Amino acid sequence: MSRIFADLLLTLASTVRDVVPIALVIFGFQLAVLRKPIPNLKRILTGFVLVIFGLAFFLEGLEAALFPMGKLMAQQLTDPVFVAGGEVGKALSWEDYVWVYLFAFAIGFSTTIAEPSLLAVAIKANQVSAGSIGVWGLRIAVALGVGIGVALGVYRIVTGAPIYWYIVTGYVLVLVQTAFAPRMIIGLAYDSGGVTTSTVTVPLVAALGLGLASTVPGRNPLLDGFGLIAFASLFPIMSVLGYAQVSGWIAKRSRTTLVE
Amino acid sequence: MKPIWEALLESLRDLLPIVLVIAFFQLAVLQQPIPKFGEIALGTTFVVIGLTLFVQGLNTGLFPIGETMAYAFVEKGNVAWLLLFAFALGFGTTVAEPALIAVADEAALVAAEGGMIESSEAAMESYALGLRVTVALSVGLAIAVGVLRIIFGWPIQYLITVGYVGVVIMTIFAPEEIIGIAYDSGGVTTSTITVPLVTALGVGLAGSIKGRNPMIDGFGLIAFASLTPMIFVMGYGMLV
Repeated sequence: MSRIFADLLLTLASTVRDVVPIALVIFGFQLAVLRKPIPNLKRILTGFVLVIFGLAFFLEGLEAALFPMGKLMAQQLTDPVFVAGGEVGKALSWEDYVWVYLFAFAIGFSTTIAEPSLLAVAIKANQVSAGSIGVWGLRIAVALGVGIGVALGVYRIVTGAPIYWYIVTGYVLVLVQTAFAPRMIIGLAYDSGGVTTSTVTVPLVAALGLGLASTVPGRNPLLDGFGLIAFASLFPIMSVLGYAQVSGWIAKRSRTTLVE
Repeated sequence: MKPIWEALLESLRDLLPIVLVIAFFQLAVLQQPIPKFGEIALGTTFVVIGLTLFVQGLNTGLFPIGETMAYAFVEKGNVAWLLLFAFALGFGTTVAEPALIAVADEAALVAAEGGMIESSEAAMESYALGLRVTVALSVGLAIAVGVLRIIFGWPIQYLITVGYVGVVIMTIFAPEEIIGIAYDSGGVTTSTITVPLVTALGVGLAGSIKGRNPMIDGFGLIAFASLTPMIFVMGYGMLV
């Protein structure tokens, strides 16, 4: 138990180290180029300290509580003996991996809800859109996209199809959706692809990919273990664009109903 | 500001789905007990405290400084400095990003296994470092181009389409071993501290430049930062 507190200090030190280059850029430009005192400097510095402590607690807590179990779980669920339902030596087909797909979806969805950078973007989008984009609506849309993406990525590892088939098809779909989506949502939708995969999602999803690639026959963990993150960053773009289209459509329909 | 217990409760709610998913798979699917219950309870408490502090710090520190600097740069009116700042922010936050360091090391391992480089410690280390610098350069460039886009009001989908075409072309020519890693590198570059800062910068710029709409023009910087590394990593895989 005391190990956790000792590790917390280490995590705190590494978080400080991560923030130093950012702080140098910001304060360097502020002093050398903009040459203006920062308004509310004290408040902003307090904010930075809060962020550093917050991230340290957050990462250490994940490391102590959720990651070990999540990673072990990924290994156990992808173990061929478990997948075969206890039958030894059974030849496995893709249908046998149902629990793995479900786990992939559930872990993709739930880690995204807890992702701090997505929360940050959702808060900002809510402020900028004067409340018309809901913090929870956006987060759930993104989380659904990540869940579907990770599940599909897992299916790809099981079947062994080349990753670029999926990614290129995804790109085409994104561009088609873009043509029909309201302009207001496009930038935000593209951004939500990049923000979803960070502190919480990456370690668990990567463990799942590596576990699968090392147990499915014919897969090489070094080559096939990658790519899940790419799926997890592509599908939220589609789900957010879809969310905007659906909510726009519902708003339009209720308006026409009122007119009638 | 919200009362602290309310903020804690919100963080707890954010975390609840993961706890439920892990508990369900552990107890119902794998049918195993939950190990080291005390440690897990303490760790979960840490996560809740951490998320709460982070959100407070977001609103008092990261968002305001990002927006203040955006306003100050617009007021100063010097595009070159603004672009340099955007580049430095992207490069500086990416080059030391722990997730990127992990991916670069993995990529070096793949390259050594595929016979693209020598499998000596030194060759792998220099490959990994070169890759990190490449990705950091590409993120710096992406943020700078994204800022330029906000200044001129170019529609984001044009630039993204160009990026997608770039990815597809590079995929055709890149060695097969690097493709998975290259695709993943797009997702891992944007860290938890960079995202709020860069978002606030974009929204602040779009809000203070005449004729730009923060909602339409302000977002999209992160999207570029997750697209260019894919192209650059595949390019790196071809050249090295």
